[in-house]
Amino acid sequence: MSETTYLGAITATLADALRADERVFVLGEDVAEGGPWGATAGLAEEFGRERVRNTPISEAAIAGIAIGAAQSGLRPVVEIMFIDFLTLALDQLVNGAAKAHTMSGGQLTVPMVLRTQGGAGQRGGAQHSQSLEAWLTHVPGLKVVMPSTAADAAGLLASAIADDNPVVYVENKTLYFRRGEAPNGAVPIGSARVVRPGRDVTVVALSRLVPESLAAADELAGEGIDVEVIDPRTLVPLDLDAIVDSVRRTHRLVVAHEAVVHGGFGAEIAAQVQAAAFDELDAPVVRVGAPFAPIPFSPPLEDAYLPGRADVVEAVRSVVGAS
Amino acid sequence: MDSGAGRELLRTMWRIRVFEERVGQLTRANEVHGLVHLSSGSEGVAAGVCGQLRADDVVYSNHRAHGHAIAKGAPLEAVMAELMGRVDGLCHGLGGSMHLVDVEHGFLGATGVVGGNVPLALGSALAARLRGSDAVAVVFFGDGAVQGGIFVESVNLATLWGLPVVLVCENNGFAEFTPRSAHTNVERVSDVVAPYGLERETVDGNDVVAVRDAFARFLDAARAGAGPALLECLTVRLRGHYEGDPQLYREALAAEEWQRLDPILRLQRRGVEEGWLGEDEPAALEAAARDEVEAAVAFASASAFPEVALAAALVYA
Repeated sequence: MSETTYLGAITATLADALRADERVFVLGEDVAEGGPWGATAGLAEEFGRERVRNTPISEAAIAGIAIGAAQSGLRPVVEIMFIDFLTLALDQLVNGAAKAHTMSGGQLTVPMVLRTQGGAGQRGGAQHSQSLEAWLTHVPGLKVVMPSTAADAAGLLASAIADDNPVVYVENKTLYFRRGEAPNGAVPIGSARVVRPGRDVTVVALSRLVPESLAAADELAGEGIDVEVIDPRTLVPLDLDAIVDSVRRTHRLVVAHEAVVHGGFGAEIAAQVQAAAFDELDAPVVRVGAPFAPIPFSPPLEDAYLPGRADVVEAVRSVVGAS
Repeated sequence: MDSGAGRELLRTMWRIRVFEERVGQLTRANEVHGLVHLSSGSEGVAAGVCGQLRADDVVYSNHRAHGHAIAKGAPLEAVMAELMGRVDGLCHGLGGSMHLVDVEHGFLGATGVVGGNVPLALGSALAARLRGSDAVAVVFFGDGAVQGGIFVESVNLATLWGLPVVLVCENNGFAEFTPRSAHTNVERVSDVVAPYGLERETVDGNDVVAVRDAFARFLDAARAGAGPALLECLTVRLRGHYEGDPQLYREALAAEEWQRLDPILRLQRRGVEEGWLGEDEPAALEAAARDEVEAAVAFASASAFPEVALAAALVYA
């Protein structure tokens, strides 16, 4: 079976979209040079610098330009180099892109994709490593997707570009060079995936915590605990049915993400599951995530801070032990 | 001055003036809801700019948007119904005064965030260029927006990319409750943008002909591919920042001074002097506007409030 990297899947999907639809264009800081990881490498050479458009370091304006272009018939894919800098574009995204369709009574659409990436583990310090996706899920009008594999990265990006709504597409920098199954067409937005079937505990994991949870599941299998791993892939709209179906079988739920636990998207998943299936739960829902602190720089401290396989293992053991 | 053009400018300004007077009354009567910002005093800018635009030229605006929308062609009935929160409003009652949109007439919208729509006009201009169209985008903003970072980001990008966009600043000397002198040491907005090398001019915004002529040059240049420009219109905000603002921070403009500045009275005096406007025509123009506005109020009052379910139905396209 052919394989590709998560990053290569993104680049190839952007190229496909630029080739297939002249309304699509890419803009962002250094995108014509390929960007820090090469996500847009080669696109300017093939499609020109009008459609693969370098911008100054002006996150607010480039987000606004994308909105205006989308409202006038184009399908921009704007890159915010680090999700940490999305703060600078948040007014445009929250007050502009998210609300235009509703506030105009349905007259305006904003078919734009905002690509960005988060995640710690590369000694980037507290301003280049965050996982801020929960903020975005709090804003009606935005869709939020967060792929964990190469195939999903490609499939969700294709769907995001085809979507008539603003979609925030959150990558994880530590996944970029992981290899995975080659893409196989568009992945619908709002559809979860059972990554690993299991009988005893459901682990709902986001982004980098998906491979971490799979590693945890392998370890726990040795203890006779059969873990089901679900990747929602899309946070808004959330495929709650897939998660609840799993919980009805396992009766135990762990939610795992890299973001700070406090106010993280895991809280939303836990609340929705207990509302939908309280009687199915044999143990309290346990959340895995980062502590309530800015991400430390010093390598041993960052390693200790970062949630991963061991945290998922411990959480699963705790919900099994609780019964 | 051509008599047809002069009458059209007067007609537009009267429609805006009378419309907003009525909106003020209806705000106090709690028929128009929410935060309402009137453009009374600045009608000459909206009329002088929008009257020259094609249907496919787009306009973005700010929180003080009624005049811009009307001048770009939005029907009075639908604007009034929107301000009253009715289903027949431009946005079916989901936008309100600060969020007017009329896509059919190229009014892509107002915003309640000061400076927030400036880059959207750049995006629309970029879209026109990438589509191969010669449409131009225009954005209205106040002098208060100029101190925000997104304004500088946008001016830089508009000039760097040579976009077909005209930035129209209504400099009424006040950013909300505070005079410009207390917000910045740069008196003229056209001086703020000087280093970027775009065409720029400051005009008497209460002289609708001066606005029209200066804007015409910038519009033609932008349409021809010569890039962006900034038109600063020095004007007057007759009302408070919002309806209900007690305006403790300033003295009221003297009536005789306003008579001298009023863009409508000025053009009427000029029309009579130049012989293209009859002595009795101003009263007739005002009366026609009043009839139209009353019809709009009747239309809006007869329109229902939207169904509650509409809000959730329009979150996603």
